[in-house]
Amino acid sequence: MDVGDSIPELRVTPDRFLPHRYAGASGDFNPIHIDREFATQVGLPGNILHGLYGMALVARANAAAAGGDPRSLRRLSVQFRGMGLPEQEIVVSGTVTAVDGDRVTIDTVAEQSGKQIIKNARAELRTT
Amino acid sequence: MPVDASAKGKRFPPFEYEVGKEKIREFAQAVGEDEAVYFDRAAAKAAGLRDVAAPPMFAVVYSAGAVGPALFDPEVSIEFALMVHGGQEFVWGEPVCSGDTITTVAECKDIFEKDGKGFYVFETVSTNQDGEEVVRATWTNIVRGV
Repeated sequence: MDVGDSIPELRVTPDRFLPHRYAGASGDFNPIHIDREFATQVGLPGNILHGLYGMALVARANAAAAGGDPRSLRRLSVQFRGMGLPEQEIVVSGTVTAVDGDRVTIDTVAEQSGKQIIKNARAELRTT
Repeated sequence: MPVDASAKGKRFPPFEYEVGKEKIREFAQAVGEDEAVYFDRAAAKAAGLRDVAAPPMFAVVYSAGAVGPALFDPEVSIEFALMVHGGQEFVWGEPVCSGDTITTVAECKDIFEKDGKGFYVFETVSTNQDGEEVVRATWTNIVRGV
């Protein structure tokens, strides 16, 4: 990988019940993620995706760029912005910003319907 | 109302989590991971791992029991109705595999106010049964309208 290269885009459309499965898998049962009625009562457009689910997609896209080995992802920092919704496509894209030996830095964003839901995501990969 | 930063520096009791193959599968499937090392013991061992590996973001699962009590601590006193998860960082060390016992300790690293928002920053450090660090995480929560 060289500076300026793009990583392969990851496109995922979480189904209607994805937030429920992620809640079970992660243990985060905050009703804003799994109860549409509660979510709309507190002013959200519907039950929203877990931010850490979006971060998991960013982690996946970056590890995949290094061949998929879980040991390749050394560091990932993100900012959560806006909110993700089920049943709409998420696009994760990234660009190599630094290469130092086997260490590669990738700046990544996750977008949904043209809006960033994860921004300033920076991944450090080990490519050997 | 200024934020109360008196809990800054507070450390919370360690939380122990035993990593299991089927919990890894459940998590990996939920986030759409399909690498064989997350599901298949033989594939994991062939890749030089001790057992089925946890995806990096499985850190959320074994850290949760340490982060939860820190967030809900009455001395930290976060206004939950107004809280959003603002940012997250993980720095990974040794890989986590099925059969590991992971111990996580949380600390309230910082509480401060900026642009009318309260920032509550927690760090967790997770180590395995051999005392090796597996992840160091920074959890930033933002409370609107303090």
